[in-house]
Amino acid sequence: MRRGRSGVPVPLLIPASLGVAFLVLPLVGLLVRTPWSELGPQLAAPGVGEALRLSLICATSATLISLVLGVPLAWVLARSAGRGRSVLRALVTVPLVLPPVVGGVALFLVLGRRGLIGHWLFETTGITIPFTTAAVVLAETFVAMPFLVISVEGALRAADARFEDVAATLGADRWTTFRRVTLPLVSPGVAAGAVLCWARALGEFGATITFAGNFPGTTQTMPLAVYLALQRDPEAAIVLSLVLLVVSLATLLLLRDRWLGRAAA
Amino acid sequence: MKRPRLMVLGLTVLLFLAACGGGNSATGAGGSSGSSGGKLSGTLTVFAASSLTEVFGTLGDTLKADNPGLKITFNFAGSPALATQLTQGAPADVFASANETQMKVVTDAGLQAGAPGIFAGNVLEIAVPKDNPGHVTGLADFAKPELTLAVCAPDVPCGAAAKKVFAAAGIQAKPDTEEEDVKAALTKVELGEVDAALVYATDVRAAGAGVTGIPFPEAGQAVTRYPICRLTAAPNPRAAQAFVDLVRSDAGQRALEAAGFRAPGS
Repeated sequence: MRRGRSGVPVPLLIPASLGVAFLVLPLVGLLVRTPWSELGPQLAAPGVGEALRLSLICATSATLISLVLGVPLAWVLARSAGRGRSVLRALVTVPLVLPPVVGGVALFLVLGRRGLIGHWLFETTGITIPFTTAAVVLAETFVAMPFLVISVEGALRAADARFEDVAATLGADRWTTFRRVTLPLVSPGVAAGAVLCWARALGEFGATITFAGNFPGTTQTMPLAVYLALQRDPEAAIVLSLVLLVVSLATLLLLRDRWLGRAAA
Repeated sequence: MKRPRLMVLGLTVLLFLAACGGGNSATGAGGSSGSSGGKLSGTLTVFAASSLTEVFGTLGDTLKADNPGLKITFNFAGSPALATQLTQGAPADVFASANETQMKVVTDAGLQAGAPGIFAGNVLEIAVPKDNPGHVTGLADFAKPELTLAVCAPDVPCGAAAKKVFAAAGIQAKPDTEEEDVKAALTKVELGEVDAALVYATDVRAAGAGVTGIPFPEAGQAVTRYPICRLTAAPNPRAAQAFVDLVRSDAGQRALEAAGFRAPGS
């Protein structure tokens, strides 16, 4: 058994190795160019810790919102029938193809103080969303949620529907079936989707800087800090990118072990 | 059918350029590139600051009309991004920077062919949405926390200039966002999402009817100078020289002035 598995067929091995090289070499490039001696001072620079903290809080909030809204949406996409569904799916994936900066402008047009909903909110309560931390979370959710929806929908379609049928024959209503049967069944898919969603939110730049602006402590996340550092001091930008990479990789590896440990084993 | 028409067009252009050249010949710059050593051909690659998008586009069309065999590719972006691309080996013929700092990045790397020359100046102006919802009248309004205000981040040229004028005017600015470049700040004015932004006079001019510009006296404290140079790695040095000459010619200076730029000396 084991020997059979360890031999990877050559037609798969070569493109796979090229794929790894293509994805990993830019990271190596960053590492090679990292000014290690300046690492300490750069990290201690004002605003770095703040930007990192803001990034983690906003990406996690965006992922939680995406889970609450996205899992039910994925269920609707996977389980409902009819022509409306493919239209709905196309609409849901719009943020994937939309350039993020355009996404940011679109958010302005809806939630800005002159937007469809935003102007009403501004006139009745005096609240404006743009240029706040909430705006960062919204921008990241807009861009990242489709990743979760698509992953979870795929998992739901692949899951054996007979389990749900059995649950129904045993007297469970649809909500109980969803909670007790479907959700545990697709939990690896949900976890994978959440990880993708979180990673996308963490790296989000275009929609964030457009809709939320850039202000240290309120809306300046790591990708924004990296971009602006690049204008001033490319070495500082490399250090900041590295921090973002290390933190995200560490988080993803830890979560993977915890969430997918059983499924992967 | 098509060819005679093209020839007529070509002749018209030639006549027009000959007429222009006649008026221009006293300065000896521009226009002459075509007559000395034949027409330019190949591809000319120009890396230029975003604020030059409209003027350089027009000047590029002029040069192409003079040299039908020439193809011009523009890379308009923030000057720091362009300087980074150039030091990383991007092939280009001409670099026009929106400030001297980023030109220095390029000259420090030894990429310039000949000393860079200043060809224009730019000053800041307050941009407000057409209906001016925040009733902004001058630079002092940037100290009002109740207004939604955008400036450029201090790391980018327009932000450095903003810092200078605020210091000169003794104003403690309270912006809500520090934008990554001047066009991003302007977009927020165009969408009416900020009450005012500090951008360049040329950007207000380019934005059109939706944006109103408010000049202010302290702007003279931070004049941004635009240097231009040919690059050593230029694949098309003759076209590069012709473009630089055109920018610095009377016609080029008139086009720059019409777009809201200041003369290089002022």
